Amino acid sequence: MMGGYWTLVRRELSAYFYSWTGYVIIAAVLFLLGSSFASLLLVLNTRPTDLPITEVFYGTYYFWLILVMAAPVITMRSFALEKYSGTFETLMTAPVSDGQVVLAKFTGAMLFYTVTWLPLLGCWMVVRYFSRDPAVLDAGTLASTYLGILLLGALYVSMGCFASALTRSQIIAAMTSLALGITLLLVSFVALNFSAETGWKAQMYAQLGMLEQMQDFARGVVDTRPVVYYLSLTALFLYLTCKVVECRRWK
Amino acid sequence: MADPMMIEVKQLTKRYARHVAVEEVSFSVQRGEIVGLLGPNGAGKSTIMRILTGYIPATSGTVRVAGFDVFSQAQEVHRRLGYMPENNPLYRDMRVGEYLWHRARLKGLTRARCRERVGDVIEQFGLADVARRLIGHLSKGYQQRVGLADALVHEPELIVLDEPTLGLDPNQLRTVRQLIRDLARHHTVLISTHILPEVEITCTRVLILHLGRILAADTVENLQHRAGKRGQIVAEFQAPLQELKAVWDEWPEVEHADVVPADGSYVRCSLTARPGADLRPAIFLLAVRRGWPLRELTRTRHSLEDIFVRVTRPEPEEET
Repeated sequence: MMGGYWTLVRRELSAYFYSWTGYVIIAAVLFLLGSSFASLLLVLNTRPTDLPITEVFYGTYYFWLILVMAAPVITMRSFALEKYSGTFETLMTAPVSDGQVVLAKFTGAMLFYTVTWLPLLGCWMVVRYFSRDPAVLDAGTLASTYLGILLLGALYVSMGCFASALTRSQIIAAMTSLALGITLLLVSFVALNFSAETGWKAQMYAQLGMLEQMQDFARGVVDTRPVVYYLSLTALFLYLTCKVVECRRWK
Repeated sequence: MADPMMIEVKQLTKRYARHVAVEEVSFSVQRGEIVGLLGPNGAGKSTIMRILTGYIPATSGTVRVAGFDVFSQAQEVHRRLGYMPENNPLYRDMRVGEYLWHRARLKGLTRARCRERVGDVIEQFGLADVARRLIGHLSKGYQQRVGLADALVHEPELIVLDEPTLGLDPNQLRTVRQLIRDLARHHTVLISTHILPEVEITCTRVLILHLGRILAADTVENLQHRAGKRGQIVAEFQAPLQELKAVWDEWPEVEHADVVPADGSYVRCSLTARPGADLRPAIFLLAVRRGWPLRELTRTRHSLEDIFVRVTRPEPEEET
């Protein structure tokens, strides 16, 4: 029954706007995006560049800050709050399946995550408007950058859902998903060291290195390998979340 | 299927790592019954309800609701079930109308049906004035009504309410009890509570639960009747004490009599009758015949409280 799924997605998404949390998250991300815009302008004004602005933006590293910080905060409430307040019991005794609940919570968080990234589009449009150079931002590069943002977001949001399902405390949920997210990012930094080498280690790290993969997306290069990598990791974490939600039925 | 029992619990056991919460519990509830699950805190009431609603699994035993197994056919059970868990959890950040709409849609009602039913329950539970207010801002009594409205919005066959009157003030208590009693006309209801009068007022049948076992299961009247066999009759006459004693000693239906002087010139007699005998009319006639003023004649009925205390007494007794 898809009706239950969409009802839950609606509830998840609107929950961000019922309380202050949603607006606070949007404001914080907006602040970081604004900072990234400022440093982006600084770069553009100091030296001429032939890079697309998406790549210049990526070079400011604000992207990682937003990704690592925002995803845990967006997802921390999803399961932890329901378990804490007891509404998890009314939710799970409604005629919806565990899978539907997990998927709906993920979808809701993903939609909100997407909303927080929309102001960036405005920043880029401003640059394009004033630069009068169409090469600065073409539709393809824009699409691939947003594809990267969404793919990495999906992974981080699914990790956040997983962390939230593990506990009744929102703080612990946020900490856990932050730790997971930073670990994954650190692995990517390790991967940078192997980029010049060949051999199985370099091969392996090349697949795990999110830094270079995201740079490709920002450049407008879409490789299927990272796409598959992120989608399958997201699926894995959603599957694990399902199992955690189900595990109350094993006790 | 020839009209299966609404609830059928067989040999239900729930074991946690350290202790047994529910042990070998069996009972069944017919359609249209309103059954109270009565027990002190920690007796296993909530555990039974959580298993019954498919929220947690049983360690062993089978539980069927309307003929469906709660574990393997959970969705079918959930469609037929209105459940209000302990402490009535609600989304406090939603408005009453929004919340009921959300829940009704979640339970699979079509938009048109939703509009109809949400309107109905809002009216039924007197929520029209607060429909646009945040649930978190409502008084406990109103929140309880929202919880009940949620449990009922999809017109379930079975309603399970876990401690529905917890934390209400006396006025709210009366309202909520009345609402529950009204439900009984069209639904099967299972209520858990540790408050005795509540069961006496609202339920047709009682299951007394203690330390994870069912100690007694019967209608309120039968339980009272059973205990009432040992019930006493109290009569106060203005008469000579010795004469009264003599009367009781000669009366074959009086098993035992305590005769003590009361205030004034009255004498208080506590009589234990032989099983099945009702002494009261005869006592009245006696008073008339002898010309003794009679100022009190009562049968002390055993309240559910007595029964409850008796069956949950620590030392095991062959009581029931």
